[in-house]
Amino acid sequence: MDIESDEGRRDFLTLATGAVGAAGVAGAAWPFVKSWSPSADVLSQATTEVDIGSLPEGQMITVPWQGKPVFILHRTPAQIEAARKADGEKLPDPAKDADRVKRPEYLVVLALCPHLGCVPQPIGTGNYGGFLCPCHGSHYDTSGRIRQGPSPKNMQVPVYDFKDERTLVIGKATA
Amino acid sequence: MSKIMEWVDARLPVTELLKSQATEYPTPKNLNYWWNFGSLALFVLIIMIASGLFLAMHYKADANQSFDVVEHIMRDVNFGWLLRYMHANGASFFFMVVYIHILRGMYYGSYRKPREILWWFGIILFFMMMATAFMGYVLPWGQMSYWGAAVITNLMSAIPVVGEDLVVWIWGGFSVGDPTLNRFFALHFLLPLVIFGVVILHLWALHAVHSNNPVGIDLHDEKDSIPFHPYYTIKDLYGMGVFLIIFCAFVFYAPNFFLEPDNYIPANPMQTPPHIVPEWYFLPFYAILRSIDFLGSFSKLAGVIAMGGAIAILFILPFLDRSPVRSFRYRPLSKQLFWMFVADCFVLGWVGYNPADAAIFEGALPLIVIGRTCTALYFSYFFLLWVITAFDIEKHTPVPKSI
Repeated sequence: MDIESDEGRRDFLTLATGAVGAAGVAGAAWPFVKSWSPSADVLSQATTEVDIGSLPEGQMITVPWQGKPVFILHRTPAQIEAARKADGEKLPDPAKDADRVKRPEYLVVLALCPHLGCVPQPIGTGNYGGFLCPCHGSHYDTSGRIRQGPSPKNMQVPVYDFKDERTLVIGKATA
Repeated sequence: MSKIMEWVDARLPVTELLKSQATEYPTPKNLNYWWNFGSLALFVLIIMIASGLFLAMHYKADANQSFDVVEHIMRDVNFGWLLRYMHANGASFFFMVVYIHILRGMYYGSYRKPREILWWFGIILFFMMMATAFMGYVLPWGQMSYWGAAVITNLMSAIPVVGEDLVVWIWGGFSVGDPTLNRFFALHFLLPLVIFGVVILHLWALHAVHSNNPVGIDLHDEKDSIPFHPYYTIKDLYGMGVFLIIFCAFVFYAPNFFLEPDNYIPANPMQTPPHIVPEWYFLPFYAILRSIDFLGSFSKLAGVIAMGGAIAILFILPFLDRSPVRSFRYRPLSKQLFWMFVADCFVLGWVGYNPADAAIFEGALPLIVIGRTCTALYFSYFFLLWVITAFDIEKHTPVPKSI
């Protein structure tokens, strides 16, 4: 047996052993890594039911959903009109108002600024009649769309549905 | 006694190690007081580990209890107030000492060949120290704790593709909450011990190449060095005394000077404080993050990269500086750049402290403009240092032949 082929065999065995060892370590690490993901009890708090029957026009409430605040705004005709008018303008994150609401009277948005997760201030604080994020000065309109400031995206619309005339369900049980 | 040491030394050469690495360890004879800050940083680390260990014996990491338990430590635990004020102010002083230590290294060229690995261990230590400080600040679970954690963890969401999932994984939920607090406490306990380990590597790298000195030239013979003990043990002790006077003045007479009043309000996930401001030692980097706001949908990612890059750029500093001379004492242009850099960091800190939409001169000059300018200046330090040294623009003054 010549020495060179023997060295090739040794290199192969060393590499193969190393690869199997690395795969084993990666496999053993996975349960530790996965333990950081949301646990079953956190996942179970997936939906929130809200009675919106008593919410007067022009007013808003903040409700918690999965530990995050959600704005529910009962929009006035003027606010709906302003939101629709802006559809045609050049928006940083283009979206039609009609695609962001299920019923035009109710705006339901996640009250976390997509920039860095601060809670924006209530309706009427921003430059476009909407919300102002106090942390880094992002302005949102009456449809929760970004109009000015560092945020790259519109305020997120959570999954929601109207269970009946006065009950709103945020999130879905399977989420 | 000597019999016992003989017995030990035959099995573990303790005496030899102490002699070669501590008492008789050769040290340049011309070190000035700026060289005190390394041992001072180790001293503060020990204060932090000791006070932190005893705080952990009274603390509970729980979203419903942590705020109250910190007040329990302040009011009910014997000397709990002292432990907490030492720990909270210790963090601020740790950063002051380390910032001076880093700037000393930059001024006297301590990062230059053959000390690159020593310098890199220092930067790794600085990164770990910032992570530890950030997670520690979350533990009292006040409004600033909560919203500071929310803003900083949300920075990860800027990473393309995996960002959003990564943030949920770090939180252990869909927002900062109880699981986040728990894991931050575990990591805040662990990281200082890892830091201590890397400090040993930092010292190993130092002792392999020995200390730089204010003149910045290599030591020629034994006449250039003196034993560490008693010359530098006594000098370090003197520095520690001065440090303790200032440290104790804050701990006992102005313990809340560095703390934010809003953090004495319990964390409320439904309401952001009107003005989120990080601890002072993060302000320059926070200002760099906020100053990138002109790139549309790329602003967020670019801001995060600029913030991380502001520290990571220190890794390549040894290769950017091409001057034949180490110490800025003999480099007139580098010296001016250095002081511009230091002043720039202070201005960035001031910009970071103010609200994002603030302005001066009755609104004529928005702070964001100053922030952008200072961010550009921050990075231009590294670029200009390379330009003036790589193209021989800087003419150094005569360097002494020996120290």
